[in-house]
Amino acid sequence: MEEKEIYTELNSIRNLMERSAKFISLSGLSGIMAGVYALIGAGYAYYLVYGPYGGLQYRDYYITDQQVLWKLFFIALIVLILSLGTGILLTLRKAAKKNQNVWNPSSRKLMVNMAIPLLTGGLFILILIARGHYAVVAPASLIFYGLALVAASHYTFEDVKWLGILEIILGLFATLLPGYGLIFWSVGFGLLHIIYGSIMHFKYDR
Amino acid sequence: MRSALEHFDKAFENRIRLQVMSILVANENYDFNSLKELLEVTDGNLASHLKALEKEEYIIIYKSFLGRKPNTSYAASEKGRAAFLKHLQSLENLIKQQKR
Repeated sequence: MEEKEIYTELNSIRNLMERSAKFISLSGLSGIMAGVYALIGAGYAYYLVYGPYGGLQYRDYYITDQQVLWKLFFIALIVLILSLGTGILLTLRKAAKKNQNVWNPSSRKLMVNMAIPLLTGGLFILILIARGHYAVVAPASLIFYGLALVAASHYTFEDVKWLGILEIILGLFATLLPGYGLIFWSVGFGLLHIIYGSIMHFKYDR
Repeated sequence: MRSALEHFDKAFENRIRLQVMSILVANENYDFNSLKELLEVTDGNLASHLKALEKEEYIIIYKSFLGRKPNTSYAASEKGRAAFLKHLQSLENLIKQQKR
């Protein structure tokens, strides 16, 4: 057997082991878009909470304002749906371009592993909201999202793990400083997504 | 050369068999259709190679039903895993020897 032949053989083995175990059609661009949606949503939420003049004056009465609460809830929901929609669309497009199937054992595992912490976190947050503990929303969503990313990272790019760890750290800081929830949330879901999405885009998508 | 080829596994001489084995080693288990898609081979071709690996007792077969459709998945056996690692080792040795 020629040396060259052995190298191609080993290469094909490595490639197959990786492709079979990891889902690599995730689009970096969708990360950037999710970050942009989050920042716009957070900006509008900030406006709702603090009024048109901004400022950092202390306010505690908005929490009892049901209308503002519902608006905030809908903003979060719209950001979530837009991010997921864009993510799915761009990932489908990337997979089609690479001639890969989107629905394969690794993408299935990716979904299941991400869904467990995400659904747990979602229910946890909804229960706490129902009980009036609003301050926990920002830190808990960051922490559970970070945990979901770390769990998902075994089945896709290794880089996802670092994004997850950063989200967890931010979430813990947000727990320490509950008054700045919205700012931590904007950094975690907005800024980090944009930075991370750009890195992924230039590293893998081109 | 002789010492390096000692562990060379005849069952892995065929490319597709080696590729199937590498997928099964990297994953807990893998179903027939996903293997077929990933390797871009025909049903018959893949089936015959899987049968060969089964005969060597390198893979374990799980048959189940997904609704009404039969679903067959495969996993690497201990024996198969060991054989695969040995084969890789022999490839590595071969390279080392040729470098010398």
